[in-house]
Amino acid sequence: MSLQVENLTVYYRTLRGDVQALENATFTIADGEIMGLAGESGCGKTTLGHSLIYLKPPMRFIEGRVTLDNEELPIWDMERMNEFRFKKISIIPQYAMNAMNPTRKIGKMTAEILESRKVSYKATLPELKRRLDLVELSHDVLNMYPIELSGGMKQRMVMVLSTLLNPSLLIADEITSALDVSTQKAVAEMLVGFRDRGFVKSLMVITHDISILYQIADSIMIMYAGQLAEKASTQVIIHNPRHPYTKMLIGSLPKVGVKHSKQRLAGIPGKPPLLLNPPVGCRFRERCPVAFDKCFDVPPFIEIEPGHFVACWKEFESNA
Amino acid sequence: MRRYLGRKLLIYLLTFFVAVTIDWLIPRFMPGNPVDTMLARMALRADSAEVLRSYYIRAFKLDLPLWQQYLNFWAALFRGDLGISTWLFPQPVFQIIKRAVPYDLFLLLPAIILSWIAGNRVGAIAARVRWLDNTILPLGYILTASPYMWLAIVLAWALGNVAGIFPIAGAYGFGLRPHLSWLFIKDLLWHWFLPFSSLFLVMFGGWAIGMRNMIIYELESEYSRYLESLGTPQRLIRKYAFRNAMLPQITGLALQLGGIVAGALATEIVFAYPGIGYMILNAVQNQDYFLIQGCFLFIITGVLLANFIIDLVYIVVDPRTRLGMTGE
Repeated sequence: MSLQVENLTVYYRTLRGDVQALENATFTIADGEIMGLAGESGCGKTTLGHSLIYLKPPMRFIEGRVTLDNEELPIWDMERMNEFRFKKISIIPQYAMNAMNPTRKIGKMTAEILESRKVSYKATLPELKRRLDLVELSHDVLNMYPIELSGGMKQRMVMVLSTLLNPSLLIADEITSALDVSTQKAVAEMLVGFRDRGFVKSLMVITHDISILYQIADSIMIMYAGQLAEKASTQVIIHNPRHPYTKMLIGSLPKVGVKHSKQRLAGIPGKPPLLLNPPVGCRFRERCPVAFDKCFDVPPFIEIEPGHFVACWKEFESNA
Repeated sequence: MRRYLGRKLLIYLLTFFVAVTIDWLIPRFMPGNPVDTMLARMALRADSAEVLRSYYIRAFKLDLPLWQQYLNFWAALFRGDLGISTWLFPQPVFQIIKRAVPYDLFLLLPAIILSWIAGNRVGAIAARVRWLDNTILPLGYILTASPYMWLAIVLAWALGNVAGIFPIAGAYGFGLRPHLSWLFIKDLLWHWFLPFSSLFLVMFGGWAIGMRNMIIYELESEYSRYLESLGTPQRLIRKYAFRNAMLPQITGLALQLGGIVAGALATEIVFAYPGIGYMILNAVQNQDYFLIQGCFLFIITGVLLANFIIDLVYIVVDPRTRLGMTGE
């Protein structure tokens, strides 16, 4: 097992109290697995991704255990995590377009970052150039300032930079959101290429765009309002989802061959709860068409079939 | 590159032309004229005053039509002739300015540069040390918000009048004449200290607050967060933040340096310090067209020159400007 997360709970401290953004997350990502993490805005997917590498106030660690390659990550300690960052666990941030220091040449910045982590730039340079070729960036970019690159180029540069030390886990946070559709596909395929070449062992791809996950992810995990709803292989999530939220989410995607001028695209009625004071039990309860008494208790995240986890009382009943 | 500089140069020349024209125009909008003011100080009999008056009017060529005066002014300017002062008649304006400028430089250059260096250092440290931030920040706001002359008066009162440590007027003692000796230099520094401190303190507050805010902004920026999530040590992150936060400070410094020839009007008046600022006050009070023109000409040139130098410096320190040069 590459990554194991147990009971991870992370809140945001605000003046009006704690925002319960991530509640009791327990899941694993296997070696070589590309896991997609999807859900609506504000469902806690970015919180989950960031808490694994960059847990900083106002984020507040409540409880949980994270192990990567059988080594526990001290995610609650910004200082001690430094040893693991970049080398073991790395991130391509949402703001990749602005992630580089505007007043340093990219090569010089890369050198300074590497040297600060006690890695020789000279020794890494051939590999760096090889990877620039892979993402179709000219070697000249090392001699340029970030502003001289287009948005897509900056994104690819950050992809190369973040994965340069072959981390075990790479978190890709909404990296396709700011790109146009044709570039999206290219970037997504580069991520798969990175995994296939062993630059990264496993990947967590955070996005709200399920169609991208359908193309590249081995498995998909769906979150709702800070709770894990369902995790299964991509095929199962798309074609045979079990959690009512996943069903409605997948059902709300446009389908090929259906004319939506004639048939209205289905949505999910209602809106997600505020996490400052979330409802007790299953947080999807109020929008759920099949909710019943039992749903006032929090459903556990249980493996109902090999590799298929669901948190829904109704499913447990029909399975039992 | 050449096109960029060429265009900049053209804009500066145009600005110079307009500014100098306004500089020539404004004193002439004042009611009265320099000759009357000059004669009033002489306390002459009415008939001899009239004779002198018509003589001076012709001597200063104030009887010509305005457009001709204006053309003469430009012609003289190109010959490097700034005219003769009426207030300190018959000294040439250029001589008066030449005598005043060293005092400005001596007062302002150290005040601006030292406050800039100290303010940037202290501001950068304050951005990450809580207790320093809690003390420097309010102090900085008070200092930068206090008017120069107010602080100058407070200092003159406290350290000059009450404590009696420092003299409160002039650039050197009344009993001395400028010459090179330890006695004179000591006296010069002694008189210099209060005006210098009042300027230093006010500027220091501004620089420190500016730097602190910029550093905090840079440390919160996305490239800093990215470096942090790559486990980069704080030292490198701060180095980047400091360098980027310096950019606006450099602009500020250059603008201040450009204004240096304007002197520190309020401060120089409070301490009767004989710099350009003090000259301007007297020139205006005496309707001395030529001295006003001369002083402002110096200021205009100084400000434009400083701006031009910043443009050049920015090309070196900020790659983003270099890119803009080709884009337009």
